[in-house]
Amino acid sequence: MDNHWNLSPAAESAEIAKLKPKYELFINGNWQEPKSKKYFKTINPANEAMLAKVAEAGSEDVDAAFKAAETAFKPWNKLSGAERGKYIYRIARMIQERSREFAVIESLDGGKPIRESRDIDIPLAAAHFFYYAGWADKLQYAFPNKKIQSIGVAAQIIPWNFPLLMAAWKIAPALACGNTVVLKPAETTPLTALKLAEIIEESGLPKGVVNIITGAGETGALMTNHSIPKKLAFTGSTEVGKKIYKAALEGNKKVTLELGGKAANIIFDDAPIDAAVEGIINGIYFNQGHVCCAGSRLFVQESVYEEVLSKLKKRMDSLIVGDPMDKNTDIGAINSAAQLKTIEEYIKIGKEEGAEMYQPECDLPKNGNWCKPTLFTNVAQSNRIAQEEIFGPVLAIQTFRTIDEVIDKANNTPYGLSAGVWTDKGSKIFQLTQALNAGVVWANTYNKFDPTSPFGGYKESGFGREGGVHGLGAYLKY
Amino acid sequence: MTRLNVQKTYKIFIGGKFPRTESGRHYAIENSKGEHVANMCLSSRKDFRNAVVAARKAQPAWAGITAYNRSQILYRLAEMLESRKASFMDEMNSLGLSKKQAEKEVSSSIDALVYYAGWCDKYTALFSSVNPTASAHFNFSVHEPTGVVAAIAPEDSPLFGLISVIAPSIAGGNAVIVLASEMKATSAISFAEVVQNSDVPGGVINILTGNLAELLPHMASHMDVNALTMTRGELDVKSQASLIENVKRFYDWTNKWQNQDPYLILDLQEVKTTWHPVQKSVASGGGY
Repeated sequence: MDNHWNLSPAAESAEIAKLKPKYELFINGNWQEPKSKKYFKTINPANEAMLAKVAEAGSEDVDAAFKAAETAFKPWNKLSGAERGKYIYRIARMIQERSREFAVIESLDGGKPIRESRDIDIPLAAAHFFYYAGWADKLQYAFPNKKIQSIGVAAQIIPWNFPLLMAAWKIAPALACGNTVVLKPAETTPLTALKLAEIIEESGLPKGVVNIITGAGETGALMTNHSIPKKLAFTGSTEVGKKIYKAALEGNKKVTLELGGKAANIIFDDAPIDAAVEGIINGIYFNQGHVCCAGSRLFVQESVYEEVLSKLKKRMDSLIVGDPMDKNTDIGAINSAAQLKTIEEYIKIGKEEGAEMYQPECDLPKNGNWCKPTLFTNVAQSNRIAQEEIFGPVLAIQTFRTIDEVIDKANNTPYGLSAGVWTDKGSKIFQLTQALNAGVVWANTYNKFDPTSPFGGYKESGFGREGGVHGLGAYLKY
Repeated sequence: MTRLNVQKTYKIFIGGKFPRTESGRHYAIENSKGEHVANMCLSSRKDFRNAVVAARKAQPAWAGITAYNRSQILYRLAEMLESRKASFMDEMNSLGLSKKQAEKEVSSSIDALVYYAGWCDKYTALFSSVNPTASAHFNFSVHEPTGVVAAIAPEDSPLFGLISVIAPSIAGGNAVIVLASEMKATSAISFAEVVQNSDVPGGVINILTGNLAELLPHMASHMDVNALTMTRGELDVKSQASLIENVKRFYDWTNKWQNQDPYLILDLQEVKTTWHPVQKSVASGGGY
């Protein structure tokens, strides 16, 4: 299409990544070859080229990591909060210093647009360490009239959609609260966590306080069933989250779960429509829709439906899909071939269920995993694309007439992670934000995150909070 | 002339009414001398499910009234209990509690109600936050009730135990279905009479009598129950496995229920964070 301005390519250099061909396990402050002798490949989902080989932690390796964390716990816990905080501040600063390198690796390994990894993932990860660093010597103020205690060793398992940011969400509050950790990044996006291990090594953090091991679901299961960790922290699918909850109950471990979502994004007829359309786009196409809090169910009030839909389609037509390393790219590569298959399956289901699909015309690169931004109209509440988490750039649109109707529809889901409301009327905003059963509600904005702001779900979207003063409760006994 | 006293028929308490168990089953309570005290309803899975329906229906309105109003309603429960102290003590006496034990049991119950009444309009102020985000947004986090709570009351404390699991649940705007002490169940049903006469809407407090081992798996597995609180030790493996099906919140209050503690209210709350842009007259990078 030549009827809009074409931007010249503005690709960031992959050379900045400085990747090693092979990564070992970061256990007890050392890089250790896996006792399992196994390695797996991590690839660039935008061109399917191998980026590095990564160790697969087996049973002995997991055991070694937890033993290191257990040994490190006592001296780390004895350290004053102020000193602990200084280590965490140092990690925050070192991430900031190497932010460009981290952004490049995040986009190479995960497929997300460099604009997002540069402006959102990496700065927020550094900010999260910086925020919790300051809590380390102030914890008692957050729990009036309670004696607080660190938990011990935490097992932390994170997903592939925000690899470094999720590592920060897990590690920073755990350390601030005096715990030690074993963290496993997702198998498709291990590289920034391993780079973080390099920073942790350089920072002088006592050995064993943070251990980073790599592997897939099997390694994760070894971690959650291990006897040493007294705390499990998981971000990922509701399906896996339930298994981890079970392991926690059986092992009498403390647990926090940040699971799936199917958020309602609600547009009233008095909303600022142009801003709302940007909010819809940001709600569902941010990070290729690989976002647990994505606004994947759009509810538009009937009287503005035609206007919203035509503006939305026009805006979709201008989205640039392609090379994640290009600074102009809006939608990058789907994180893995497996995830692409899942998304394509849901698109097929949507069509079969009678919903009407729209995708803009755009050229997709030949290699790699790609999905055009997609929306469905004529969607019924019972359709699977309106009920199940797709975790891709697929929007299901429904309409409504009254406030009560949209509250009922929005809450009619087992999930409860997030929601969005667009209206110019203050009292209506508060009516909606109070009535929606979700842990994060964005009014006249969407997909905003901040270390000071607690994040987490209601119902089957999990429990416990990450971020803010409420995030401390996840890593303390009181 | 001797007069035969009139004995009470103990039923269960669901949705503000006193039905018999739908199962028609009963069990007998005896005192320490082995004398018959009363027949109680042996509640069934169906009774529990009915109670969940009543609780779910009642919960939004209970959460929706003002915190001040909720506080007064809890306080009113304490007032009513105080005026019936003697009859509760008599009833406990027939269960085998000494006069001193019974006095302590009722007094502690009244005091717990007053304590939690006072928290209704305070815990959100103390434990909520306004979050200073690094962008132009107004952002705050407040507590909201988890929803419908299933609670296991302690076995040995017939009234104080019951009230100690109910009060923190309802102070925070939840509706509760509580399984009373099995062998000291009479106080719980007499307390239901207090509840029915109070301004607690029907369905906010539901009280069942019966057997823990029979009902617990159903309480743990019900998909429309948001949280389970336990005061009689660890959960069995099967109940543990059931909790995960709807990611039900679980709290072991075995060593906590005795305490007057606002953190018990917080156990049954969700934290909701709300964001809204702030318009700025200088370019400050926030907004939509």
